[in-house]
Amino acid sequence: MVSEQQLSAIKGSKVLMVGAGGIGCELLKTLALSGFQDIHVIDMDTIEVSNLNRQFLFRQSHVGQSKAKVARDAVLKFRPNISITPYHANVKDPDFNVDFFKQFNVVLNGLDNLDARRHVNRLCLAAGVPLVESGTTGFLGQVTVHVKGRTECYECQPKPAPKTYPVCTITSTPSKFVHCIVWAKDLLFAKLFGDKNQENDLNVHSKDGSSSSKQAEDVFERHKEENLEQYGNRIYDHVFGYNTELALSNEETWRNRNKPRPIYVKDVFSSDLASQNGNLDKSSNGDPPSLSAMASLGLKNPQDLWSLKENSKVFLEALKLFFSKREKEIGNLSFDKDDQLAVEFVTAAANIRASSFGIPLHSLFEAKGIAGNIVHAVATTNAIIAGLIVIEAIKVLQHDIKNYRMTYCLEHPSRKMLLMPVEPFEPNKSCYVCSETPLDLDINTHRSKLRDIVDKIVKAKLGMNLPLIMHRSALLYEVGDDLEEDEVANYAANLEKVLSELPTPVTGGTILTVEDLQQELKCSINIKHREEFDEEKEPDGMILSGWIQPLAAEKNGKTTVDNEVSTSSASEAVPLLTEDDDDLRIIPTITGKKRKLSDVANERKNKRKAEEPNSKNDVVLLDDEKF
Amino acid sequence: MDDGEELTEQETTLYDRQIRVWGVDTQRRLSKSRVFVSGIKGTVVEFCKNIVLAGVGSLTVNDDRTVTEELLSANFLIPPDENVYGGKSIAELCCDSLKDFNPMVRVSVQKGDLLNFDVDFFDKFDVVVVSSCSLSTKISVNEKCRRLSKQVAFYTVDCRGSCGEIFVDLQNYVYSKKKSDEECLLEYSSFEEAITIPWRTLPRGLSKLYLVMRVIEQFEEIEGRNPGEISSADLLNVQRLRKKLCEINSLNESEIPDSLLQRLLEDGTRESSPVCAIIGGILGQEVIKAISGKGDPLKNFFFFDAIDGKGIIEDISHVQVLEMEFRMGSVLSVENIIEIPY
Repeated sequence: MVSEQQLSAIKGSKVLMVGAGGIGCELLKTLALSGFQDIHVIDMDTIEVSNLNRQFLFRQSHVGQSKAKVARDAVLKFRPNISITPYHANVKDPDFNVDFFKQFNVVLNGLDNLDARRHVNRLCLAAGVPLVESGTTGFLGQVTVHVKGRTECYECQPKPAPKTYPVCTITSTPSKFVHCIVWAKDLLFAKLFGDKNQENDLNVHSKDGSSSSKQAEDVFERHKEENLEQYGNRIYDHVFGYNTELALSNEETWRNRNKPRPIYVKDVFSSDLASQNGNLDKSSNGDPPSLSAMASLGLKNPQDLWSLKENSKVFLEALKLFFSKREKEIGNLSFDKDDQLAVEFVTAAANIRASSFGIPLHSLFEAKGIAGNIVHAVATTNAIIAGLIVIEAIKVLQHDIKNYRMTYCLEHPSRKMLLMPVEPFEPNKSCYVCSETPLDLDINTHRSKLRDIVDKIVKAKLGMNLPLIMHRSALLYEVGDDLEEDEVANYAANLEKVLSELPTPVTGGTILTVEDLQQELKCSINIKHREEFDEEKEPDGMILSGWIQPLAAEKNGKTTVDNEVSTSSASEAVPLLTEDDDDLRIIPTITGKKRKLSDVANERKNKRKAEEPNSKNDVVLLDDEKF
Repeated sequence: MDDGEELTEQETTLYDRQIRVWGVDTQRRLSKSRVFVSGIKGTVVEFCKNIVLAGVGSLTVNDDRTVTEELLSANFLIPPDENVYGGKSIAELCCDSLKDFNPMVRVSVQKGDLLNFDVDFFDKFDVVVVSSCSLSTKISVNEKCRRLSKQVAFYTVDCRGSCGEIFVDLQNYVYSKKKSDEECLLEYSSFEEAITIPWRTLPRGLSKLYLVMRVIEQFEEIEGRNPGEISSADLLNVQRLRKKLCEINSLNESEIPDSLLQRLLEDGTRESSPVCAIIGGILGQEVIKAISGKGDPLKNFFFFDAIDGKGIIEDISHVQVLEMEFRMGSVLSVENIIEIPY
């Protein structure tokens, strides 16, 4: 089973685990039982109750503590003589630089977000350390091996980007429940309870563009003489009644779409307009631990589907509770899936809007999952994946290159297989991360600013953390702790300049060099000037190509994945709702630009892998005749 | 299965993430299910962890063996401290740790020898899982489960070195597909029925592990060995047995490769931790599925070999043979392999 040679390779190795959550707990346990003696674990999270159904190293009493540290303590209990070094930190910290990564024989990821995975991928490439990646959701899982120069890097194949929706779909023409959730969470909730200074697309524009922002300000502000009941009713009527009527006046919009119906308080409650919403909690001493509109209204089951009337009651009651019991927080609140009242409000608001637009309503349980990007996770899949990770890790330690495999854990067998191993692919020659291919950027250089490139391209699309942008020898932008005040000011000023007006103008034909020193990633971008962009299809006004455009996978709103990472990791600016971050490549179902495995297999039959001849026990390719 | 009661708030909070995978109904059924497990080594430890976390109603564990260093090798429930484990049985030690994973599950110990439990004993459970036991014990327990009027799900699971095998017997299993309410029926063979299917009628391309396991299993039975109590020193005798069995079954010996036999013999009782995690995970999933009554269950063998990394389902059932008989237009006799000496 484990040869002497294997055992000594394991014992002498130093391994880095990134993530001590669902996969991490299972992985740390299996590594320890397999004889690994020097393990480092990075995780920035603390333990939550919802983790306990699968992150079995943690107990109720550990809630609030560092995952990395508690996991370490738990494993030392049954393997007291090994070394486990925990880091309660973000793997993107500058401390975890290339030199840090270089000390390990292999890096094992148990992450739950694309951003961190890309970051680790780049550091592993820079450090020349093999990376074993993995992901799970529900009953599906996969493990992949990435060795610089030999196999694809993690970014060679496109990964589904966080799903975003065009603004007009959210504000005017929702067709799916998730659109209503995004509206309720990122627009309405934000407008009522969040930062007042934030730009907000909440108000519908009528035909003549007469949704005057001045008027809008007044609408959402509570009037001095208004009591909470009146205020609530007024807001309700405005967003569900008036705004809908306004939207209806745009005949064009509704030519090929079902028209929404405006909903007013008086229609929903008919006769009982007066105090209908249960009793306000009289006890005003401090914050009750779980302030809940559902509780006030006697709605007990989060799995129930509420009627329009019940949703409306929840909406109004929640609003009342926020203003009467949590007044201090108003103006600073951001949506938190663990904030019961916020979830109730968003559910109710989304459902009323859905009702208006003829979209099926959802339970609080379902709505919470969508709004909070909650993972679907069970212990068994994580355990299986952890076992597969360790098997690959042991191969890596022995440089058993021919036997590296990507393994897919399926829910339904494919050719009798529930666990399907596949040979890794060669590096993608046009991968800008591991093969330094230049990219092209179509952009209006007379309209777009440097900030647009930095935020939407360099940080969001290219995943650079601490970027540096140069135009020939001129530094247009950089970040760092060691910058002089005047440099910082200069860069800040550059951000706000239109590209063609920068000190060294950026126009069509310019080649920008972008770098991230921490990730040791350098990339060239060829600028191409373009005047017009399609507002719906190209909302950013920029198109990056040469890099395989990530697929925004077609999913229903219900399959979402929790970041389970602290709020600071929520993606910057662009996406309104992040979805399914765990990048599973489900081979039989994904279509589009991905190469079908059978194509690849045929390609490879003619190509490389010169090293090993086709042995009898050759790993499965989907066209393997044996099956 | 009766699923009338609602889940408590504590349950819905704790199980939130998995309810999003399999639904409230399944969670309710899980909370009423009673599972019995015998033979606690690495794979079974993993399985127990999985179903306790999943929230079964009760788990009864049976293994009177006292703890040895070898039994601890893939066991993360027991601290390697003799002061703690000294004198207690494996079952007792695991029971305490398992309770920790989920206070809502009733975990208890059942002392005694598996062979001595009668039919009525197994009536107390919905799921029975046996591991690390002899061939005759497997057959006996399976048969007792089948004698009961209610359907008891029966599983065997074993890891030998880097290989693992799961066997499933759900008898006459009625279930609904995952996405629709369409009802389906599957007929399972008992373990004995399955393994007595003539080898020459087995499907082509069958995982080699199936036959290798059968040979070694037979060998242990004939020699009166405890499961896994084999070594490279037994190679010659195992090869002789293989020859005999292949002759009886008109099968070419090359179908049961030396390399595989050697590997399993060398490994003896050792289990690979990663393989335990994988097999214990697959088994956990299957048991949860069977309890839920939703989704296609595994039928009826699962094999995993870390060397090629494939996790394969093989359907080796009696029903198949009957189909083959019909097609071939002749009657094939079922050999009783167990009684043939080598």
